[in-house]
Amino acid sequence: MPKTKTKTTKTKTRARPGKPAQRKLAVWNLRLYVAGQTPKSVRAFANLKVLCEEHLKGRYQIEVIDLRENPQLARGDQIVAVPTLVRRLPVPVRTIIGDLSNSVRLLVGLDLRKVD
Amino acid sequence: MGQKTKASQPSSKTLPKAATGIQGLDEITRGGLPRGRPTLISGGAGSGKTLFGLEFLVRGATQYGEPGVFMSFEESIPDLTKNVASLGFDLDRLVADKKLFVDHVSLAHSESGETGEYDLEGLFIRIADAVQRVGARRVVLDTIETLFGDLPNPGILRAEIRRLFDWLKQKELTTVITAERDHPDKLTRHGIEEFVSDCVILLDHRIREEISTRRLRIVKYRGSTHGTNEYPFLIDDQGISVLPISSLGLDHEASTERVSSGIARLDGMLGGKGFYRGSSILASGTAGTGKSTIAACFVDAACRRGERALFFAFEESPQQIVRNTRSIGIDLEPWVRKGLLQFHAARPTYGGIEQVLLLTHKHITSFQPSVVVVDPVTNLLMVSTQNEVRSMLTRLVDFLKTQKITAIFTSLTAAGALEASEADVSSLMDTWLLLKNIEVGGERNRALYVLKSRGMEHSNQIREFVFTDDGLRLLDVYLGSEGVLTGSARVSQEMREKAVVTFRGQELESRRRELERKRRIFEARMVMLRAEFEVEEETIQHTIAESELLGEEVMQDRGQMVLSRKADSSSYKKDGRAKGARKR
Repeated sequence: MPKTKTKTTKTKTRARPGKPAQRKLAVWNLRLYVAGQTPKSVRAFANLKVLCEEHLKGRYQIEVIDLRENPQLARGDQIVAVPTLVRRLPVPVRTIIGDLSNSVRLLVGLDLRKVD
Repeated sequence: MGQKTKASQPSSKTLPKAATGIQGLDEITRGGLPRGRPTLISGGAGSGKTLFGLEFLVRGATQYGEPGVFMSFEESIPDLTKNVASLGFDLDRLVADKKLFVDHVSLAHSESGETGEYDLEGLFIRIADAVQRVGARRVVLDTIETLFGDLPNPGILRAEIRRLFDWLKQKELTTVITAERDHPDKLTRHGIEEFVSDCVILLDHRIREEISTRRLRIVKYRGSTHGTNEYPFLIDDQGISVLPISSLGLDHEASTERVSSGIARLDGMLGGKGFYRGSSILASGTAGTGKSTIAACFVDAACRRGERALFFAFEESPQQIVRNTRSIGIDLEPWVRKGLLQFHAARPTYGGIEQVLLLTHKHITSFQPSVVVVDPVTNLLMVSTQNEVRSMLTRLVDFLKTQKITAIFTSLTAAGALEASEADVSSLMDTWLLLKNIEVGGERNRALYVLKSRGMEHSNQIREFVFTDDGLRLLDVYLGSEGVLTGSARVSQEMREKAVVTFRGQELESRRRELERKRRIFEARMVMLRAEFEVEEETIQHTIAESELLGEEVMQDRGQMVLSRKADSSSYKKDGRAKGARKR
């Protein structure tokens, strides 16, 4: 699925190749769908960023997709509510709705509790 | 598809309406759904909400030149396409022609619950994009309430749905929102009806005594009059049809033209000319009284006149009817072959009552008959309640009348309650023929009478009729002390009457003879009297003559005496004086 990545508030932090012991599920691919630069979307991104830095430092990738600019992606990726966070990797895909301000729920939703 | 009109309705200036194109609905709503506003369609599972929405869009796109967007929250696009293909809607083509845009909203359940605030901007964007792609004027959201199962925080969701409706209204999109009704007290599961203040339509699919009926009711329609009843509707291969198909009214023209019943002497009972064209005739009676046969006679007569006839058989197969009527010398088969007669035979239990009605309507509209037979209406009671049958028949009768179709309805009544026609439809009928079996002297015979016939002179006699090899024949009336005589009682009465006639003849003859005798006696007496009279006359004459003769003789005698006395006859005559004169 070719995705038009726009408005990249893209933070790419690759896992260090020199450390193979760092679990097989190397990179987390996260996608955050927003509709314009609203307070909610800004808040969601900030919350996500904090969490990733804390738990997934160096092995995550966040894609922010603004549906206002790519409305067809809302259809393709089945987005109704914004902000919506989709964990595309590791599988299974998980979808989390809201501005991610409830960090406990976010951790559960991303299945990060067990991991760390 | 030609564009008929712009869908707006001129009838109401204050509230513009968007015609749905759904058969019958626009009549009930007086023009359609409120234009540029949301309408809520509420109903239980399987009540036809989705189809309603789709038909609204498809007809809007094809008939009114208004493209539409279908947002499906439940069914996938291939499923939808497949489901409505059976109704003759080609979604793929409409989508390809950019007249329709279908979007399937399917949310993977978020496992996490609420992680904070959210909004439905994603959905707004999807709808806006879809609307813009096809230039949509109509939108259907089917069923937006499923979002409550997919998204956390119902409070936010409710507020967002409200915002969505406001937004749709602001965009002036005529919107249909479907909602599942799972509780009879509530219109929708999550109470979204409070956001839709303009128009709410309730669809109902109920099963009563194993037979399903669909109903539609307009719960509210702000700023517009509307029919308030529950209207039956049907989903068939042409989509939704709501009854009435034709408006219910009593303003049909009344024809003064008469049509023959096919039985000459029955026509005679009906003022000599038969039924009025466009009237409804009820032929009711107990089992085996010949209701269907009367109907067949009527059909035969219509076909002979070259008119088309439509026969709805709810009890017998066409072959059976043709065979049975042939036994009384009426052959319907040539009419079928000529295309003048059509049979539609089906058990009414096959579908609901509205299905029966709609099929009836459809066949009538397509065949354009001048004569219709429904045989029997009472079989419809198997499908539905009396009320429903009655309302259905009211609609059917009204429809037939507006089409100037003469119709015979047969009705099977229970023995003993002859005048209580079971479907209670008699008041709808213009002419009511009552057929009954008269049981006298160990046999049953058929009798017929005209219970009523509006607007014409009609016989009040009970007439016996028999099936002969060449049709149905009404017989002369024989009244006995116990009413009309039929069968062998009639025959014996006929014989008795013959005997009476003979006896009377004999009596008359003897009277005549007596008279003759008396005349002869009289004449004889006359002769005798005359003879006596003559005798008497003769005697009297004789006497008279004699006495005259006697007088003359006296005179003569006296004259002779004078002569003999030599007296001057004159002196003799003046006897006294002459003497005196002589003395002088």
